[in-house]
Amino acid sequence: MKPPPFEYHAPRDLGAALQTLAEVRGKVLAGGQSLIPMLNMRLAAPEHLVDINRVAGLGGVERTEAGVRVGALTRHSELERAGVHPLLTKALKLVAHPVIRNRGTVVGSLVHADPAAELPAVLAVLDGSVRIARWEGSSPVERDVPAREFFVGPMESAVQPGELAVSAYFPSLGPRTGAAFEEVTRRHGDYALAGVCAVVTVNEDAHVTAARVACIGVGPVPVVVDVTDAGGQSAAHELDGDVAQLVQDRIEPEDDIHASASYRRHLVGVLTKRALRNAAREAETGGA
Amino acid sequence: MEHEITLVVNGAARRVSVPARRLLSDCLRHDLGLTGTHVGCEHGVCGCCTVLLDGRPVRSCLTFAVTVDGCEITTVEGLAGADGLSPVQRAFAECHGLQCGFCTPGFLCTVTALLRDNPAPTDEEVLEGVSGNLCRCTGYQNIVKAVHRAAELLAEEA
Amino acid sequence: MTTRLFGEPVPRREDPRLLTGNGRYLDDLGRDALAAAFVRSPHAHARIRDIDVGPALDVEGLVAIYTFEDLPERVGRPLPLLIPHPALTHGRTAYPLAKDVVRHVGEPVAMVVATDRYAAEDACALIEVDYEPLKPVVGLEEAVQGAQLVHEDVPGNVGAHLVQEVAGADGRGAREAIEASPHTLAFRLDIERSASMPLEGRGVYARWDGRDLRVYSSTQTSTSVRMAVAAALGLPLPQVEVIAPDVGGGFGVKIVHPWPEEILLPWAAMTLGREIKWTEDRREHFISSAHERGQVQYVRVGFDDDGRVLGLDVTILHDHGAYTPYGIIVPIVTSTQLLGPYKIGSYRVEFSAVYTNTVQVTPYRGAGRPQGVFCMERTMDKIAWHLGKDRTEVRAANFIQPGEFPYDQGMTFQDGRPLIYDSGDYPEMLRMIKELIGWDDFERAPGRGIGIGCYVEGTGVGPYEGGHVQVTSDGRVHVSTGLTSQGQGHETVFAQIAAAELGVPIERVSVVTGDTRRFGYAVGTFASRAAVVSGNAIALACRKVREKALRIAADALEADPSDLQITDGLVHVAGAPGASIPLSTVAVLSNPLRYAFDEEAAKATQFSGTASPDRPPVAEEEEPGLEGRDYYSPIRSTFAAGMHAAVVETDPDTAEIKVVRYAVVHDCGRLINPMIVEGQIHGGVAQGIGGALYERMAYDSHGQLVNASFMDFLMPYATEIPHIETDHLETPSPLNPLGIKGAGEAGVIPVSAVIASAIEDAEGIEIDRMPISPSDLFALRSTHHP
Repeated sequence: MKPPPFEYHAPRDLGAALQTLAEVRGKVLAGGQSLIPMLNMRLAAPEHLVDINRVAGLGGVERTEAGVRVGALTRHSELERAGVHPLLTKALKLVAHPVIRNRGTVVGSLVHADPAAELPAVLAVLDGSVRIARWEGSSPVERDVPAREFFVGPMESAVQPGELAVSAYFPSLGPRTGAAFEEVTRRHGDYALAGVCAVVTVNEDAHVTAARVACIGVGPVPVVVDVTDAGGQSAAHELDGDVAQLVQDRIEPEDDIHASASYRRHLVGVLTKRALRNAAREAETGGA
Repeated sequence: MEHEITLVVNGAARRVSVPARRLLSDCLRHDLGLTGTHVGCEHGVCGCCTVLLDGRPVRSCLTFAVTVDGCEITTVEGLAGADGLSPVQRAFAECHGLQCGFCTPGFLCTVTALLRDNPAPTDEEVLEGVSGNLCRCTGYQNIVKAVHRAAELLAEEA
Repeated sequence: MTTRLFGEPVPRREDPRLLTGNGRYLDDLGRDALAAAFVRSPHAHARIRDIDVGPALDVEGLVAIYTFEDLPERVGRPLPLLIPHPALTHGRTAYPLAKDVVRHVGEPVAMVVATDRYAAEDACALIEVDYEPLKPVVGLEEAVQGAQLVHEDVPGNVGAHLVQEVAGADGRGAREAIEASPHTLAFRLDIERSASMPLEGRGVYARWDGRDLRVYSSTQTSTSVRMAVAAALGLPLPQVEVIAPDVGGGFGVKIVHPWPEEILLPWAAMTLGREIKWTEDRREHFISSAHERGQVQYVRVGFDDDGRVLGLDVTILHDHGAYTPYGIIVPIVTSTQLLGPYKIGSYRVEFSAVYTNTVQVTPYRGAGRPQGVFCMERTMDKIAWHLGKDRTEVRAANFIQPGEFPYDQGMTFQDGRPLIYDSGDYPEMLRMIKELIGWDDFERAPGRGIGIGCYVEGTGVGPYEGGHVQVTSDGRVHVSTGLTSQGQGHETVFAQIAAAELGVPIERVSVVTGDTRRFGYAVGTFASRAAVVSGNAIALACRKVREKALRIAADALEADPSDLQITDGLVHVAGAPGASIPLSTVAVLSNPLRYAFDEEAAKATQFSGTASPDRPPVAEEEEPGLEGRDYYSPIRSTFAAGMHAAVVETDPDTAEIKVVRYAVVHDCGRLINPMIVEGQIHGGVAQGIGGALYERMAYDSHGQLVNASFMDFLMPYATEIPHIETDHLETPSPLNPLGIKGAGEAGVIPVSAVIASAIEDAEGIEIDRMPISPSDLFALRSTHHP
């Protein structure tokens, strides 16, 4: 289990990184916690590897009232410690194990687009976006891709060969809004068999004015369902059975060696209720 | 193509020439002869290869040596002080926290960083802290005990 | 014997080196050696039409590529069938490199040698093998239908078939007894595959200096690897040495030998005249090292109103994978150890060992016992359920009583000897486990259940082990034994035994295991036998040394040997500490010298005046040196026992299963080092929980192992293992001088049975299949409460 040979590029600034990518269309190496296992197993054999770990200006976490922008080199653990976004913090604690989070990057997880991963669901449920850059002619060009367009399929994002995801933007939850992430894994830290991330906003009478969930492990991409209408105007604690059914109707779970499709469908029902309840409770008590 | 890199390993600068695909684990073990870092899965799950990279535990099998050129690395060989075993190492011996010893270097590095960041962890925090390291021998009970004991020793010696 | 050390939690002597990165595991050796890698079959069953190595020849760093065609006749022979048995009528073993046909994914097809492992893998990736895929045989039931054959000349895919039957006191056979019973039950049980999965894989490092071959192997038996290598390569035995360095876990998989690599690496080292090393990677370990456990059991039982078993009839299908190098030990152990602590009226057991196109099956910690115990303990629970009785009451009704030892179960055990239990106290053990877990006060609730499991484990099988003990003139004691260590702390417990026997501080004792340069006669470390067999051999060797030391000291002190004692390395007259002589000096005197190489040695030289001029310097029937060698060869196994109990909680919504308490009462006779025994139990239980709730080898219908990584083969982390509470009962074995029984495998044996028992109790649904996942439990609930 040794990686196949590749040509290595270690650009020092963003321009150089984008130019290199434009030229060689190589695979981007950031944290490497998903890429290097695939290389070691020789499931991937890129001719060129563009290591962005030395690119200046790609790190950092920028927080504004509206949201949090996370740079391409920000490690999971760094964002977790920053504690700048309650839903992200909750989700990050569910990502693999602490040691993996020390190296793995947030943006890398999004680009990797594993349908069972937590962070794509967070981006999706918040309607966040990913900023993608490429070199065109003699200058860099950037575009912001909203989450609903970013996740294209299992292990497939909108980032095209030659492009680099430079940051991700997670909108804030807003007032009287709570969030929760519930999942079932086989072992602690494993990819979820199924998981549901929920964001709920209530009004002053504790009635739901907005409720969205994103489900993981039960479709090719995070399955986002707006359940405001189903649970709308009801008291937060009544968000229940019908909502679960609505969500269950939207997912496409599959059998694998760890769980059957019907079990996953069942879990999504259970977890939707749990997540909505917990998010609503948080919203009622003033939001996160 | 070979890359000249410098790693500061256990406090000493080591220059070494490696191909880009050289895993840090292999570089430490085979290029630098520091065989205390073990390789159990080479896909980042078992934790045997855990070392401290600029003080933080990472998987050396999921890191290219060339990526960490210029960084500081602490391996199990660097944990003991001039006056003998570190408190974490002593606690593992005292609590029988190892049997075959193959996973042990990864646990020791992980726990050393854990207790530095959180000198008095709860049971749950200990479990979470070592949750990314597999051991096939001990059933973990004595490892968890050793982490608490190491916390005591560190507190006594602080 | 002075007993201060024996039975104490002496700190492990292995630890300082293992804690500082100074252990020496296989891959830590041979830094300059060439590296080997293997092309392994991607097909479960295929004919090899052609192998084209051409595309790989330009790989930088390539040294050599070998296929079956390149092997000399002797090297290319099928690997030995290690444990022949008359019932194994169709034993089959693999060639070191595949010849014509591959029979499982992972079977080695070509060996590449290169300057490093990266280059070797590059070359492997370029070698083109033209396969003609054949239909694979996967799954026991498909295999026994025999529509497709794993081996063309093994009809029905059945390698072995064995029936053992023990009639009841009334002479009736099991089937007859069942027919005549007031109550009968019939059911089927399934246990899936798991594997030893040590964190260090296998590995071989071979050096040839033109005359002598030295092989390092991550093995559980260096002496036997040595004989196998010498035989395969046609070398005189004295020219081959095999060393097991620090070994990163074994759990059974490393007792199999010679693995193809153990023959091929030494051969290539000799052929190329270069040092070569192969370090198995995790992917290889999954698909080319051994698995275990997979069985289907059909059970019929007849019993009376008290739950006493009158007849038990078990038919087992045992999945042997593609080859049977280790014979049929696993199903034999299942068949015999199934009986546990019980007196069964009459018992019939029949097994078929069946070939499938999967990785071969050889012992993994427990070695067939977890399956047998699962069968018997599920049976006990079903009887209790049927009769509406407490599950412990039914067990108690069937126990062998303390006054009934030695108890002959009337069967033949895995060592070919009668299955006679030497000692035990099962009723007391049941009382202890009930108290430890709080059985009688347990508050049952929906989603909360308690379970129990009992077992007896034959440990310390023969044929023998030996020990060599040498006291040198510096007062140090050097102990060696041939069997190997994989984390059991042998350097510590054997030192405890030697120090206690010889009356020396343990700091002066050092122990070497698994090095044929030091001790050539041994069997190996498996079957919970090391402490029993080597431990007693070392004790006997120490007694010889002690006797000799006292004889020499008696001469020097002009005392009677029977008045002498050894304390703290000093031989002295009992009650007169003034008249003494250090053991180091005794060692000097034991070896008459011509040359003085230091001051101590001068005392033994020919003009020192210590020896009588009227006798030869080395007396008749004496040998120079203060050393002794002895062997312990048990008449038969000694039988340890244990009872486990657990409390589980099942989530009513998600069907997640949590073990909230786990309790163990264990009897391995006299404890040498309780700390180490506890550690063995903890580790065994953790592996058992892995097997009960997490681990399985998932083969698809094409014979692909779809979870061949630690991402998907779910070995438990710390977060999955409950706190384990332990208690000990000590019924010494009457069979050996130290009164000990083995402990290595114990922890794992009853866990699946216990967890099944507890889940069944929590859910009210019969649990007949292991492992069980939340998804499985959800499916069971859906079937039972649609």
